[in-house]
Amino acid sequence: MNKSRFISGVLPILVLLGLWEAVARLHLAPSSFFFPPFTGVVREFFSLAANGVLGKNFFPSLIRVLIGFTAGSLCGFIVGTLMGWKKVAENAFGPVISLLYPIPALGWLPLLMLWIGINELLPIAIIFIACFFPVCYNTITGIKGIDSNYMQVARTLGATEWYILTHVIIPLAFPNIFTGLRLVSGMAWRVIIAAEMVAIPTGIGSLLMQAESLVRVDIIIVCLIILSAMCFVFERFFIYMEHTMTARWR
Amino acid sequence: MPGIELRGVSNFILHNIDLKIHDGEFLVVLGPNGAGKTTLLNVIAGLIPYEGNVLFNGAQIDELPPYRRNIGYVFQNLALFPHLSVQENVAFGLNAQKRNGEDSEARINSLLHTWGLGNIAHRYVGTLSGGERQKVAIARALATQPQALLLDEPFTSLDRGTSIYLQREIKAIQQKLGITTVYVTHNQREAEEMADRIAVMHDGAIEQLSRPEDVFFSPRSKRVAEFIGSPNIFPCDTHRRLTRGLAEIRSGDLVIVVPDDGETVRKVAILPRDVYLSKNPIPGPHINRYIGRIDRLTPSMGHTLIRLRVTGHTILAEQPTEVAQRMGLAVGDRVHVALMLKWIKVLSKP
Repeated sequence: MNKSRFISGVLPILVLLGLWEAVARLHLAPSSFFFPPFTGVVREFFSLAANGVLGKNFFPSLIRVLIGFTAGSLCGFIVGTLMGWKKVAENAFGPVISLLYPIPALGWLPLLMLWIGINELLPIAIIFIACFFPVCYNTITGIKGIDSNYMQVARTLGATEWYILTHVIIPLAFPNIFTGLRLVSGMAWRVIIAAEMVAIPTGIGSLLMQAESLVRVDIIIVCLIILSAMCFVFERFFIYMEHTMTARWR
Repeated sequence: MPGIELRGVSNFILHNIDLKIHDGEFLVVLGPNGAGKTTLLNVIAGLIPYEGNVLFNGAQIDELPPYRRNIGYVFQNLALFPHLSVQENVAFGLNAQKRNGEDSEARINSLLHTWGLGNIAHRYVGTLSGGERQKVAIARALATQPQALLLDEPFTSLDRGTSIYLQREIKAIQQKLGITTVYVTHNQREAEEMADRIAVMHDGAIEQLSRPEDVFFSPRSKRVAEFIGSPNIFPCDTHRRLTRGLAEIRSGDLVIVVPDDGETVRKVAILPRDVYLSKNPIPGPHINRYIGRIDRLTPSMGHTLIRLRVTGHTILAEQPTEVAQRMGLAVGDRVHVALMLKWIKVLSKP
């Protein structure tokens, strides 16, 4: 890592951690904050990892996110592709999508608690909804933005509609599709935490709520750091994938 | 039997088009913007709806979708696939038709070689120059061995040098392959240089379909004459060969040196924009240089039409109005006139 990257990337974080440690050690924060030092949070992280509490709560959250994210994104991609590709699908789904898209994902929670009940399916359903609409919308936008001459020229070259879809339309819509995936990959984690806090007895969100009731600020901060790290990792993964798949020609 | 035939084709732009394009012919469709030239190509390619019939080699193809018409189409904006390399672009049609055998590979390599694309085969099209992009588009259109090639103003965005080079290349390859070609342009010189025949279009109809020299010397309607630019036409009284490639003709008192192709000259013509004017003597040998007097100045749409009297003849010249004003041209002025040899058109005796 060169000097300028270190200064712009790592140094601010080190300064923040140093300040945090100082504020806690010197008792500069109000006592009602129960503000733990950074080293105390790190110690708690390892302790939770060692006694299995972290794994017991992290992996259920991860699995829920992966299932909900994959299913929601896949369905959003399929419906978005159909709507962008075929006018009839756009006419059929368009009004419904327009009507449901503005509803925040967590707004569905009370309804889904009644319909699905409080079980494993509930957070997955919430993540599904949170991922479905943005991916669908971005896929439609990506496909609609493609110059129709690409399709026309492919037709004259003997390509069937299916070949055009798979070899021209979807590859050219990749940049928009990946933008959607990148957005929802972080959103899925934010939504799952909220859902688990409200209704589910396991997961990082649930651990957050338990920590709050025990006034364990160090555990709350561990959970928030995990949430932040997972959002970062997921978003970075899709930035990397987008770069790998489109940087050569963009 | 014509290679391509249109019978009574009409749609939202075209009006009852009847057109027979001979097998292996290079037809240029010429006309102003909005004349319906691109629409005509799209009808042949089956990309837009129409009434009437399109026939390839005598067989109706109206029911065939574009992907089964076996047409090579070079779009005006080329529409090269940005996510594919040069080689993948050229191979697109063959892959789409699942013709991926050794023959196909050899054909792609041959096309890349023919068009000088071998050394950039793995580059993405976004990194290519304008000329290279045109070559990729043409190679891609030819890869599937289409029975007809449609080109929609493919060289509009290129500089003149590259454009002329590619025009010659495409004409040579068209003759070598004997492929029926329809080439759309609004550039009259491009049309004259490339066409076996020219179809002049206006308002969705074909105004004239004939050999390039006939369009130039015998425009069939006022619209065609206006589009061509009302050339100065000089009937030939006498004709004398000077050297290989040059001849001298007399039209009244006017002596004009013209390109000579060995045949007897009937008429010569030059467009007003190719008549050079100067207030000072024009340097160079005294060939096609005259002294004239300005008879009338008619400004119109950014250009000024200048009517000259030269040794008993009326010659029309055209200059951008800004240039004419800068030269201080006025009625009654004495000016030096040169007819640019390169642009003199010759109508030979049949």
